[in-house]
Amino acid sequence: MFRSHVLVCGGTGCYASGCQSVFDALDVEIKKQGLEKEVGVVQTGCFGLCALGPIMIIYPEGSFYSLVKDTDIPEIVSEHLLKGRIVERLLYQETVCEEEGIKSLNDTGFYRKQLRVALRNCGVIDPESIDEYIGADGYEALGKCLIEMTPDDVIKVILDSGLRGRGGGGFPTGRKWQLAKNLVPDADQKYVCCNADEGDPGAFMDRSVLEGDPHVLIESMAIAGYAIGADMGYVYVRAEYPIAVKRLQIAIEQARNYGLLGKNIFGTDFNFDMEIRLGAGAFVCGEETALMTSIEGNRGEPNPRPPFPAQKGLWGKPTVLNNVETYANIPQIILKGADWFASMGTEKSKGTKVFALGGKINNVGLVEIPMGTSLRDVVYEIGGGIPDGKKFKAAQTGGPSGGCIPMSLIDTPIDFDNLVEIGSMMGSGGLIVMDEDNCMVDIAKFFLEFTVEESCGKCSPCRIGTKRLYEMLEKITSGNGTMEDVDGLQGLCDYICDNSLCGLGQTAPNPVKSTLRYFKDEYIAHVQDKKCPAGVCTDLLTYKIVDEKCKMCTACIKVCPTEAITGAVKQPHFIIPEKCIKCDACVQKCKFNAIIKS
Amino acid sequence: MKSLAELKAIKEKMQGQVGVRSNDHAGTRVVVGMATCGIAAGARPVLQILSRLVQEKNIQDVSVSQTGCIGLCQYEPIVEVYSPEGEKITYINMNEEKSREIVDKHLIRGNIVTEYLVGNK
Repeated sequence: MFRSHVLVCGGTGCYASGCQSVFDALDVEIKKQGLEKEVGVVQTGCFGLCALGPIMIIYPEGSFYSLVKDTDIPEIVSEHLLKGRIVERLLYQETVCEEEGIKSLNDTGFYRKQLRVALRNCGVIDPESIDEYIGADGYEALGKCLIEMTPDDVIKVILDSGLRGRGGGGFPTGRKWQLAKNLVPDADQKYVCCNADEGDPGAFMDRSVLEGDPHVLIESMAIAGYAIGADMGYVYVRAEYPIAVKRLQIAIEQARNYGLLGKNIFGTDFNFDMEIRLGAGAFVCGEETALMTSIEGNRGEPNPRPPFPAQKGLWGKPTVLNNVETYANIPQIILKGADWFASMGTEKSKGTKVFALGGKINNVGLVEIPMGTSLRDVVYEIGGGIPDGKKFKAAQTGGPSGGCIPMSLIDTPIDFDNLVEIGSMMGSGGLIVMDEDNCMVDIAKFFLEFTVEESCGKCSPCRIGTKRLYEMLEKITSGNGTMEDVDGLQGLCDYICDNSLCGLGQTAPNPVKSTLRYFKDEYIAHVQDKKCPAGVCTDLLTYKIVDEKCKMCTACIKVCPTEAITGAVKQPHFIIPEKCIKCDACVQKCKFNAIIKS
Repeated sequence: MKSLAELKAIKEKMQGQVGVRSNDHAGTRVVVGMATCGIAAGARPVLQILSRLVQEKNIQDVSVSQTGCIGLCQYEPIVEVYSPEGEKITYINMNEEKSREIVDKHLIRGNIVTEYLVGNK
């Protein structure tokens, strides 16, 4: 029994910033000061504020320390843990109070507007302890389903809650389960699958759930198994998530030891077990038919639908496939009821959604908000705004399948249907913020490059179409584009969308379509004026020295790798365009902002 | 796991522990003076027993933590109990035995143990 709990974030973000050495130093120091019986140290999942890692919280005070280094640990242990004096210099600045004491985390800008349902245990419990999960109401929902509810009751609650798939498509989860239960009444075998092949660049909520709360997935998949009549589950998780895989594996072992997986769970005649399948990192395997083909041991390629997985899925058997975040909502819905869940969100999008904030934003990290929160709140309140006082230009949601939302639509309430209407999509929840220094044509090209690379090649609209689209964008960004190219983009986009076999190709042109819709002026500037307004596309830039600002110090001359700058001390400097390779070295070196690119 | 009762037993055992990790400071706060004077007078076992009992007995909305020097060093170990309304009760010359009494009488039943109060000497 510990009087104080130290929770150190052990998510991948904090690992990268060195939480392991902080954790080790804590262990050593606590033993050195004889506190090992009084203070418990737990490595948890992600707290969300990845930009400020390594992060730790000390309870019962709830002191939130950010950017902690292993060298800070002796001070934290002797001052805070022994004497109870909070180490103010390490506190997350938002929690520092004018008067005595500290502000609760829930009162800070980053957390105030958040509502944690799917992430409720992340950063709170030890993901490697099944007991702590049970202490936080874990497995109670499974017990309730098996003992008090029929499979139809379970499906009805999920249907009534209005929960829709968090993987991107937004299909009603209860409907999916209902179909899997009823479509093939005499099926001898059914399966429950989980899509943890989170492949969108910039999205990492599924990883965080697996790392921070792996038992919730096991519990939910068992509930889904009970609802549709399946006794076997597969989690398809990418091999690039080693911490998530390890913690999920530990959780599965623990659940088996407790009899929460296996035969006769809770003394009923319900049996359920599950296994992990590692994905090799192909983006297309996030598509449901490709994912199941890959689980079967074949090359990950999609198949035409219908038949849908609910009818003919894994090994030809009826299968339910949901995303990690979708599953993470299920036990709470069972315990608190459909009405509770349906009370959050908008009319057609209930509950909350997790977003991974990235790009030009201060609080890079993971946030969970009620559906219907405006993009403005997410960017400026929760995200803390744009660094260096720059202006917001657009937010990209939905990864390579999504689109860009411009400033004029920043007050749009975020939900499934609104995002589709404005030409983007929810996707898995990556939200990349762009400022005035981002070129929208370049952004579209970036995502296209990704889909060209990841297209599986099975159907030609996607294989050839995305490549042609990419080439057109390349032509435009290199200054060789014509207005016919710009006009031709739309037609090719529509063709790829209409004719591709799977979701990857059908949505691949979205980044181009949405930037064409909202930022056509930037395309035109690239073609007609041969200029990149944001100063990104190097082929269209020229570097110039502004004589009035230049102090003639020769710093740029010394740093130029191609000797493209002429001049000497106290002699005017000049850039020879033919020799300049636009490496930006001179701009970064100049202390007087005397070199401009346009 | 063969029954809900089994699950419940584990839950009850763990709930106090997980409950410590709350960002909600609305409830009763128990603080123990843990400056050098407090530690020298034996505040550490007092803090430990208070924290353990609150968790073991799963007393809701009560947090136990340390504080610095309260200023009455001759009366250490000192335990202060802040009610949710902000009222402060100060117990002095505490030890493990008295702490148990405070938990039973004050924290659980809501009766202040007047004989250990400051000013009652």
